[in-house]
Amino acid sequence: MAIYLDHAATTPMLPAAIDAYARQMAEIGNASSLHSQGRAVRKSVEESRELIARAAGCDASEIIFTASGTEANNLAIKGFYWSNPSKKTIVISSIEHHAVMDPAQWLAEHEGATVIEIPVTPHGVIDCEELKKIVEAHRDEIAVIAVMHSNNEVGTIQPINEVVAIAGDIPVHTDAVQSFGKVVFDFKSLGVTSATISAHKLGGPLGVAALILKRGLDITPLLHGGGQERDIRSSTVNAPGIVSFAAAVDQSLMNLRENYFQVSSLADLLRQSVQEKVPNARINGLSPDALPGIVNVTFPGTKNESLLVLLDRAGISASQGSACSAGVQRPSHVLLAMGLSEDEADATVRFSLGSTSTEADVQALSTVIADVVKKATL
Amino acid sequence: MKVVVAMSGGVDSAVAAARMAESGHDVIGVHLALSSNPQKYRSGARGCCTIEDSHDARRAADMIGIPFYIWDMAEEFHDGVVENFIEEYANGRTPNPCLRCNEKIKFAAVLDRAKTMGFDAVATGHYAQMRETEYGRTMHRAIDPAKDQSYVLAVLNKEQLDGALFPLGDTVKDDIRVEAKKRGLYVANKPDSHDICFIPSGNNAGWLRDRLGSENGPIVDEEGAVVGQHQGAYTYTIGQRRGLNLSVPTEGGTPRYVLKIEPKTNTVVVGAKEALAISHINGEKAIWCGPQPESGKSYRGFAQVRAHGQPLPCEYRTDGVSIVADLDEPLLGLAAGQGLVIYDGDRVVGSATVSATE
Repeated sequence: MAIYLDHAATTPMLPAAIDAYARQMAEIGNASSLHSQGRAVRKSVEESRELIARAAGCDASEIIFTASGTEANNLAIKGFYWSNPSKKTIVISSIEHHAVMDPAQWLAEHEGATVIEIPVTPHGVIDCEELKKIVEAHRDEIAVIAVMHSNNEVGTIQPINEVVAIAGDIPVHTDAVQSFGKVVFDFKSLGVTSATISAHKLGGPLGVAALILKRGLDITPLLHGGGQERDIRSSTVNAPGIVSFAAAVDQSLMNLRENYFQVSSLADLLRQSVQEKVPNARINGLSPDALPGIVNVTFPGTKNESLLVLLDRAGISASQGSACSAGVQRPSHVLLAMGLSEDEADATVRFSLGSTSTEADVQALSTVIADVVKKATL
Repeated sequence: MKVVVAMSGGVDSAVAAARMAESGHDVIGVHLALSSNPQKYRSGARGCCTIEDSHDARRAADMIGIPFYIWDMAEEFHDGVVENFIEEYANGRTPNPCLRCNEKIKFAAVLDRAKTMGFDAVATGHYAQMRETEYGRTMHRAIDPAKDQSYVLAVLNKEQLDGALFPLGDTVKDDIRVEAKKRGLYVANKPDSHDICFIPSGNNAGWLRDRLGSENGPIVDEEGAVVGQHQGAYTYTIGQRRGLNLSVPTEGGTPRYVLKIEPKTNTVVVGAKEALAISHINGEKAIWCGPQPESGKSYRGFAQVRAHGQPLPCEYRTDGVSIVADLDEPLLGLAAGQGLVIYDGDRVVGSATVSATE
């Protein structure tokens, strides 16, 4: 079986989450129905919502379930923009995931928005001085500021508290898809207006995520219909997905400290062994405040298209950083924003570890990496 | 052998991949992304690197059970094929971009990368045959004359051909479709692609006009008298009769044909059909697909100047860098820039780029 070093793309489902999913699938009833079966499903959904809320440091009523992290990010960006027709500026970091970057860009192309990007340091952390200048210059025009909690390609954690302080009363959205369940994440103490979390990045199922949105705040929905989820996200409630999401959250949060130390020491080992075998390899996004499991490496002179084929043939699954539906990879905008050249970005691979990773996984990579890099060097 | 199969998303390369995998080779499928801004959907028989095509290639690879990857060769394709295409037209020549793509991309950039990665060969769905003969491993026409693509592969030198596999050359196209169906490949009925893949509209003249501008100029007869106007000399091809819109008819109303394109003066020269006849072809930049013929010595063989043109009996000789062919029967209309391919029976001897004709 292939060695999985792509946990940032999606994680293996935890056994407890699989059990919960299967059990709930056997239950009949629409959570919005009045009858006994509907009520039973509703009860399971609400217990799950409360569990997830406790884990994320928010009120249960602040959780709006969606079908994906992408949907939650779209709901936040478009929702804040549409709810404040007089505010035409969207501020995002230059290293956001496409699920934030593209809706902002879409609003710019179709609905007259202006998008301002916050630059990042060479280590992949946003420049707060620049953000201050942007906010001072455009304070009354900004509909939302979006800065991800941690970056999916290089793993750096962003200074969200500082962003919130600079923003004042401007809404702040944070995409916490990579952080939730892996590092401490507390909605209330961060002070953000909204945040995105997703089940499949922490051992839960695909097809369920949530937007955490401050109580009392109503943003314009993307989906209109039955009025579920505070009338902000209509759709029949995905009970099996939500129940399984909660089971995964429960496990991840219970083991957060233990997983953190285990994964980060494996990541250290991975960095060490890669640099030992390939002395000119460069690690990107080295920051004291980062996700434990992401190791982003540039192998100068190579093409990652070749690296990934050769790793795959050697039984190791890694990726370029962000998947793309058309399959054609463009140089990563994250790495370019950090100051890498196009050639350097094209020579970069992301290895990501998770709670099921082992020392043997790292050892397997260590055994093949020198040969792989040699054969991928044109 | 470790083999990279270039998979376009069409039926031919899918069957090629299936045959390679079935015969026990260690095979991966690679789809080449040749446009940095690919179209979403195929339109009819045009284009070959839409997102839909890459999806088709991926599904074929899944069904065959081989790993599949997409390699971005857009920059190499633009620099080596598209730029050359525009430049050749700007110089009054008629290039064949499929030749350039085989020469610069499939059996250069891709083959080089594959070899560096430890693969032995690149296989494609081209219709041609590699055979062991008295001359070593040589390239021959496919058995299906209607599909034979040895012409567009004749730009490959011996070393490139040593890393090339054409698993379909021994089968006729109809049987390939039947085989694809039997194998359950859903691309079995996908139409063949024609035209130039990077001009999905099929409007080559309009595409060139967008890139080269449209400077009006005179159409003159052989004596130099102006008989019409054109909108950009490069949109014409030697031997073209239609679409000239000449204002001065010939005496007796005999039709006129494009004889020459002079890019420097932006002039198109027209004349009678007989004036198109040529029987002496000079080609430059010779490439040998097998052993190089002895310099200065004359050989009997066949010349072919178009992808699906007739093989023309001829006598040819070379000085090593160029090829001269004297045709037994004159040929009507041949533009500089086209490929001259020399055959010995069905064996491809080599090729050159037409530089002058008489």
